Amino acid sequence: MISLLLIFLPLAGAALAALWPDNRTRPWLLPAVGTVHTGLTFWLLLNPPVVTPGAWLAFDPLARAVLPAVSLLFFVCATYGVAYLRVRQERPNRVFVALLLAVLGLLSAGHQSRHLGLLWIATEAVTLAAVPLLHFNGTPRAFEATWKYLLVGGTGIALSLLGSFCLGYASLHGGGGGDLTFASLMAQGTCLSRPWVLIAWVLLLVGYGTKMGLAPMHTWKPDAYGEAPGIVGALLAGGVTTVAFTAILRVRAVVSAAGEGAMADRTLLVIGLFSMLVAALFLLGTRDYKRMLAYSSVEHMGILSIGAALGGAGVWAALFHVWSNGLTKGALFLSAGNIRRAAGSASMDDVRGTAVFAPRSSMIFVAGMFAVTALPPFGPFFSELRVVRAGLALPGHGWAVAMFLGCLLFAFFGLTRVVFGIVDGRPRPGAKAGGRRFVESAGVIVPPLVLMGLSLWLGLHTPAVLQEAWSAAVVQLYPQP
Amino acid sequence: MNTNLNLLIGLAMGLNLIALGSSRLPSLIRAMSFQGVVLGLMPLLMEAEFKWTVGLVALATMAGKGLIIPSLLNRAMRAANIEREINPFIGYVPSLLLGAGGTIAAVALARTLPLLPEHAGSLLVPGALASVLTGFILLIGRAKAIAQVCGYLILENGIYLFGLLLIHSTPLLVEAGVLLDLTVGVFVIGIIVDRIQRAFDSLDTRKLTILRE
Repeated sequence: MISLLLIFLPLAGAALAALWPDNRTRPWLLPAVGTVHTGLTFWLLLNPPVVTPGAWLAFDPLARAVLPAVSLLFFVCATYGVAYLRVRQERPNRVFVALLLAVLGLLSAGHQSRHLGLLWIATEAVTLAAVPLLHFNGTPRAFEATWKYLLVGGTGIALSLLGSFCLGYASLHGGGGGDLTFASLMAQGTCLSRPWVLIAWVLLLVGYGTKMGLAPMHTWKPDAYGEAPGIVGALLAGGVTTVAFTAILRVRAVVSAAGEGAMADRTLLVIGLFSMLVAALFLLGTRDYKRMLAYSSVEHMGILSIGAALGGAGVWAALFHVWSNGLTKGALFLSAGNIRRAAGSASMDDVRGTAVFAPRSSMIFVAGMFAVTALPPFGPFFSELRVVRAGLALPGHGWAVAMFLGCLLFAFFGLTRVVFGIVDGRPRPGAKAGGRRFVESAGVIVPPLVLMGLSLWLGLHTPAVLQEAWSAAVVQLYPQP
Repeated sequence: MNTNLNLLIGLAMGLNLIALGSSRLPSLIRAMSFQGVVLGLMPLLMEAEFKWTVGLVALATMAGKGLIIPSLLNRAMRAANIEREINPFIGYVPSLLLGAGGTIAAVALARTLPLLPEHAGSLLVPGALASVLTGFILLIGRAKAIAQVCGYLILENGIYLFGLLLIHSTPLLVEAGVLLDLTVGVFVIGIIVDRIQRAFDSLDTRKLTILRE
């Protein structure tokens, strides 16, 4: 029952936001809904509900392992949103606020979907709801980014529908009665028609991989993250991508039950390493610090995919990484948004010396950069260490671990190059002439700071309840026969 | 029953080739909308006796794919007042050759896949694969935003054809959700097309090149 509330409460909030008359007070709906939602998900995290096996929607162990992170990220971003929308009084925010809340509701639906078709519907709906968020700034660049997002994302989501149909047909061919819940598909096991499972896996990996932003289907990401407001980037990178990742995990469990787990793991490993490589190379070349965050996100999606390929321990590490990456990336996106507003440009060529005119945001940005490049004692260091250990524990994965570490190193070079390029030095004279001065108020500084604190806390002291939740999710995905 | 269905699928495959060969936007939109109507008729042929739920899905499909979406695109085209030539990246003859080759390959590929006895003689799988491929060629090979949307819709049509294999086993709720999502998707695309037209004063996607590395 509560799991339905997690979906319908934000949707009701969205409807309320659409009707709310006042532009100035409307943004307060974001933290209001966010607080209740976070409270509910953490209550469910501590008191996991009993899941009926045939349920289409439920707060099952996998949802329990990931959804609280999304909810927490949304809550912090929502408090930032209030301050951000106050700065942007000049633009009507009715659609923006309503759709942010709708995205939260649909994400909750996607994470809790235990049915192949329902999962697709929720993911597609999130994709569409995010469209107007991307072009909130209304510039030609933003519309160009939105068009590319729609075309690439739409094609990806279409392919995942085709893949879902193929998996459905595999079940039908194997004598299934048309029950497309993941539990019943896994129960069919090796009865599923092998060729159709293989086709379905390829299509679903490409489709949901597009949504996740795995290379080479990542091309929408730099444009979308580069042009969207920081708060939208944070939610896309930490929330929307994770729903695609859990979709891939659920499908992988079915493919594994059908006896093709080794093949699925190989493809996940290759596509993950390729994403990391592509991201590292582009990180060495990009001159835009918001696009840099997008490539960093591609890199971390690669890490998730590699984790998913390394068996139970790897999936555990990947779920940990969903938390640590999502929260740290959130801090980076929010502080980058501040710097972007203060400096008036997102390119290294125009921006210099942000430590002088936006000192607090720059400090968070630099700290976040170190955290996301796996400097201890922040969360990402420990989750990536777990991935490495899971890789070393498997025979014959030494080359993959070596490549993983090499890509991390290059990504570190790329990120430091851009970050210190904009933070250091003297501000360009006249760069801020004309515009109003950007004030680093508590409303735009505290949220990213809180996210950094959470990342540090995850690294120093990973709560036992979370570790237990991740283990329970691994048991769900790798049932012992 | 099956022969009638195959006839319609063959017609849809022929419309794929017409779409690939169209050099003007209105004829491309017409080919796509006619394909939508043809697709809408199919569920009626697949049922032994008439059921009102299936009739409803068929009617919604025909109205959506054959009427609403094409009229939205036509309106966008007139409002944008764009020249009607399509300016392809991949020329019409190469597109047609690719499409024809792809159709043959789809038929050959479908033979190698295991099918249930009741689907063995039907053209559903080759038709679906050929339409998906046609959609891809249009998406990649055309420069006008509206032509790309048509490509996307033909791709969706292919997926719809494949979905007909499952029509007896998926619940209506899922079908309705899929249909709703697709409609909203095209609606959103329509809005963005309109905004791009206003921001760039053109619907030529070759002008969308600010964002690059």
